[in-house]
Amino acid sequence: MIKSGQSANKEFLLFLGCAIPYRVSSYEISTRKVLAKLGVKLVEMPDYNCCGLPIDPVNHEMMLSLAARNLCVAEQKKLDIVALCPGCAGTLRKVNKKLKESKELREKVNGYLKEINMEFHGTVEAKHLLQLLVEDVGLEKIRDAVTKPLTKLQVADHAGCHVSRPSKQVSFDNSEDPEVLKNLIEATGAKHVDYKDKLSCCGAPIAGVNDKIPLQLAREKLSSMRNAGAQILVTVCPFCHMMFDTNQLRIERMFTETFKIPVLHYPQLLGLALGFSSSDLALRDLRVDPSGIISPYAMEGS
Amino acid sequence: MSDAAAKPGRDEDAGKAARIGINAPIRAHELNLGFKYEISAMHDGEKLKQCFQCGTCTSDCPIARFSDTYRPRMIIRMAQLGLRDRVLSSDTLWLCAACFTCTDRCPQDVEVASVIRILRNFAVREGFMPLIFRELGSNILRIGVAYEIPELRLKKREIVGLPPLPKSDLNDMLKLANATGFSKTLKETERK
Ligand code: SF4
Ligand code: SF4
Repeated sequence: MIKSGQSANKEFLLFLGCAIPYRVSSYEISTRKVLAKLGVKLVEMPDYNCCGLPIDPVNHEMMLSLAARNLCVAEQKKLDIVALCPGCAGTLRKVNKKLKESKELREKVNGYLKEINMEFHGTVEAKHLLQLLVEDVGLEKIRDAVTKPLTKLQVADHAGCHVSRPSKQVSFDNSEDPEVLKNLIEATGAKHVDYKDKLSCCGAPIAGVNDKIPLQLAREKLSSMRNAGAQILVTVCPFCHMMFDTNQLRIERMFTETFKIPVLHYPQLLGLALGFSSSDLALRDLRVDPSGIISPYAMEGS
Repeated sequence: MSDAAAKPGRDEDAGKAARIGINAPIRAHELNLGFKYEISAMHDGEKLKQCFQCGTCTSDCPIARFSDTYRPRMIIRMAQLGLRDRVLSSDTLWLCAACFTCTDRCPQDVEVASVIRILRNFAVREGFMPLIFRELGSNILRIGVAYEIPELRLKKREIVGLPPLPKSDLNDMLKLANATGFSKTLKETERK
């Protein structure tokens, strides 16, 4: 089960991946603000490369090597990794676990790593932001830090597949009945809203090969959360965020429907409750304007 | 391989998969009896033979809900039967979103999504790969990550006070790509 809050002031290596700096800086900006306030120190990766996930379909060995190389960099720095993208976090966690457990696989991958004078030892952990928040900061500390509770705000969540699946390898939260993001939303004082097929994928991973199915999937989910009364959707994945925020207008046009559901990265939601202003949290970067809905809670800031 | 098989690197809508005969009657000469062993010899493919075709994977698959052709159970069965060419040349193979719902729920512990990944790795070796993957792959060799961050974004990072992005060691990328056969794959799919 989820341990909480033993090790405040812990340092983590921040693994940004590609999608966040490419398109979703607001996630990074708000995360840095919120973690600093909660006493978590982020150290920049000295050098990093793709987590490996995007090319797993092409060459599994290359995926393993890329992930392992990142883990080796963290081992050299003697620091655990925190990744904001569940794809990166899941990949690093999975590969870390597999290489620790299987001597055969470890030897194989170390054979590749030898070419670059690195060796996997299995001495660090990799976590997703959500995991850091509940395990290393703790719900209690988060609740205590809230100065502007988001009372009455109705918030739906879409955690993203790789936060907890494949469950045997990622080993975090309950993949069939997740509670982590729900608890974190409630910690801000907001009301958590459940909706139909919450666990279902947003479709983003196949956007490069099929442009219709992902939009249909995202549309279905947006309809379900709207019908459940959600005012805001919270995500913790750059790809899910692009599906629901960046594409929302397109989906509305395509299906002649209206959603107008602002999509906040969880640290943006938490940041509001911690008293940060809209501009601190880069809320203006969002495509679906949240200002109307959050105006009772947010300071404008400069 | 039938002449209607997908052309290498083609980036097509999977709706056309029916055209490549995914549902056509099976002919004995198509069956490659060693195929299931080839797959189960791969990391995470070990449990392929345990599938008893219950259909949980397909019924819970978000993609299958909106696709007329994508059926993970069917892909698993084709793999078991040894319909090697048919499954590897199929466009539908590339519709899996790797959400791992099937893997989590399979009562027989088949790592469905990983079997699909193994099939894709094989397909790539035969020259079948959607264009997007060549782009992502060559980006990794060129810049270390899958998406190139535009100059404008990097400037904006500076303006909003974000630290500069760490660089990737491109020498290391090349060495790893050569060692794992990734460079070769990229070159070959280019030629075909
Ligand atoms: S869920 Fe498992 S056993 Fe059932 S059809 Fe799919 S792979 Fe086979
Ligand atoms: S991993 Fe692929 S096959 Fe399995 S449920 Fe998700 S999209 Fe469907």
